Amino acid sequence: MTGATREMFYNEALGEALRLEMERDERVIVLGEDIAEHGGAFQVTAGLLDKFGPTRIRQTPISELGIVGAAVGAALTGLRPVVELMYVDFSGLAMDQLVNQAAQNRFMFGGQARVPMVMRTQGGSGRGNAAQHSKSLEAWFTHVAGLKVVMPSTPADAKGLLTSAIRDDDPVIFLEHKLLYRTKGQVPSGEYLVPLGKADVKRAGTDLTIVTWSREVLFSLEAAGKLAADGIEAEVIDLRSLVPLDRDAVLASVRRTHRLLVVHEAIKRGGYGGEIAAIVAEEAFDDLDAPPRRLAGLETPIPYAQHLEKTVVPQVDDIVRVAKELVA
Amino acid sequence: MERPTALDLYRVMRRIRDFEERATVLFGEGKLWGTIHSYAGEEGIAAGVCAHLRDDDWITSTHRGHGHCIAKGADLGRMYAELLGRETGYCRGRGGSMHIADTSKGNLGANGIVGGGIPIATGAALTAKQLGTDQVAVSFFGDGAANQGAFHESANLASIWKLPVIYVCENNQYAESLPVKNAFAIDDISSRAGGYGMPGVRVNGRDVRAVYDAAGELIARARRGEGPAFLVADTYRHEGHYYGDPRKYQSKDEIEGWKTRFDPLVDTRAWITEAKLATAAELDAIDAEVIEEAKRAVAWAEAGPPASPISLPGDVYASY
Ligand SMILES: Cc1ncc(C[n+]2csc(CCOP(=O)(O)OP(=O)(O)O)c2C)c(N)n1
Repeated sequence: MTGATREMFYNEALGEALRLEMERDERVIVLGEDIAEHGGAFQVTAGLLDKFGPTRIRQTPISELGIVGAAVGAALTGLRPVVELMYVDFSGLAMDQLVNQAAQNRFMFGGQARVPMVMRTQGGSGRGNAAQHSKSLEAWFTHVAGLKVVMPSTPADAKGLLTSAIRDDDPVIFLEHKLLYRTKGQVPSGEYLVPLGKADVKRAGTDLTIVTWSREVLFSLEAAGKLAADGIEAEVIDLRSLVPLDRDAVLASVRRTHRLLVVHEAIKRGGYGGEIAAIVAEEAFDDLDAPPRRLAGLETPIPYAQHLEKTVVPQVDDIVRVAKELVA
Repeated sequence: MERPTALDLYRVMRRIRDFEERATVLFGEGKLWGTIHSYAGEEGIAAGVCAHLRDDDWITSTHRGHGHCIAKGADLGRMYAELLGRETGYCRGRGGSMHIADTSKGNLGANGIVGGGIPIATGAALTAKQLGTDQVAVSFFGDGAANQGAFHESANLASIWKLPVIYVCENNQYAESLPVKNAFAIDDISSRAGGYGMPGVRVNGRDVRAVYDAAGELIARARRGEGPAFLVADTYRHEGHYYGDPRKYQSKDEIEGWKTRFDPLVDTRAWITEAKLATAAELDAIDAEVIEEAKRAVAWAEAGPPASPISLPGDVYASY
């Protein structure tokens, strides 16, 4: 990062990206529940109502399907809508519009259509919100041809990726994590773009490659610190964008470290980690000194009790343990 | 009604009927693939509504979408080419009958998902409102779709935001095999409009004049910024739900009876000649022109190259 930066919370960085893009392009509007005076369930749109008024910060009734569908129609006809869906767990209500409409219009209509919309939402566990408000569902969206899937882990990435997502001409599913909103980091001031499809090496290392995203990036970095104390240098790659995927970054790293560990919070079965492991197995098998490993959520809904919640998604010590097994 | 308007409506209706009959023949000849849903019997609705729309107004359509597409001004050759899986088709053979769109004429697409177009038209109306234009959006859908959450959520959004969108429900008495009387506990579907605070109007869909008049008022009202409306047109589909439907849910008497008793093209010819807006010979001449035009369109479509191979990611993503 060069130029001026400011320390900001992740949710403030997202709000700043929205504000700058709304100032830059009047076609950008935000639709969502409780996004006006209240500022959104996670305070991302705080202050935007005063600046842009109720027609551009368009607070909606509780109608996920209607809101997402309206965004699809608005995107097809010239606006650049950003939908805030309160929890990714509610996306099932809007799934037809995402999967059958937004994702496929361009293809189905032979290239006549563009659907420049963003669906921002958040997921993840760690706050005692239990099964219906804590899931990590990115794999659902990565499986749909026509959607892009973005998951920032830091305030700077949050700002830069959201800016790129809003300017992108395809539908982007933008997945935030509820426990990242109050994390802080240096964020470049003014216009700042992080391209979709570019992974970021959050820590360089030589002994194994940890591929991860969203909140598990923070856990992985903490784990890498502990591993370093034991003489193991882990490289931590934050995918940032799952679709498009920066395959080259993953493969190049694995070819140097010869070991792959994928870490994500979502359930392991059918998770996107399987995709990463498969790509590495198909394309870099001969470079591997050990089978690829996946460390991911247990096949269970997220439990409520504080001591239970932690047991179903990878924690720092789990990462340390599996990394050590991998390099042993 | 003025003569040119009447003749335009008749021509559009005849075009649609001819398209459906011709597409059925092409299907029978094994040249089409997948499935088609005939709009025969319902022509007056698309014709009467779209007569009030400009090229920059939008529609969303359904699996039974050929009629809407034609009424909105589509090129028949490109429609046939799409059905025939040609590169020259509207969607380059990627969409087929259930997904024809013509964005140059404001047709945001047919839809294979019952009710799928309703929120999209609502969003298009949001664009008009947001940008301060006087464009309107029309969503066509069936009685079956009126029971989807998509309709209810969209109608509510449109009414609280006063969006320029007209919801046009084509009540053709069936949702696939489900009769309307088993799907609604009300007799008048348009009465649902009251729950959203918008006007609800019910018209006889076999009478293109009634559709034309009602749609004209509601569309003008939306253009003036007075908000959405719900138009329900009672109609009947002459064919089965799809090409090849065994129609086990209907009696022979019903099928034959409706087909002869309910034909908006016969009706339209009758009132045009009775009102002396044109002679039967003039209408026959229009029929002949429509047939010639359609034959040329099919020949053009059949001469087109097959749809090109899928190109990735470009066919799927605008940028990648
Ligand atoms: C969401 C969804 N459910 C079911 C279907 C299968 N299906 C296709 S058309 C149809 C009936 C639709 O009835 P209606 O909306 O009245 O339209 P019509 O066919 O009568 O024109 C059904 C059930 C579908 N395509 N999409």
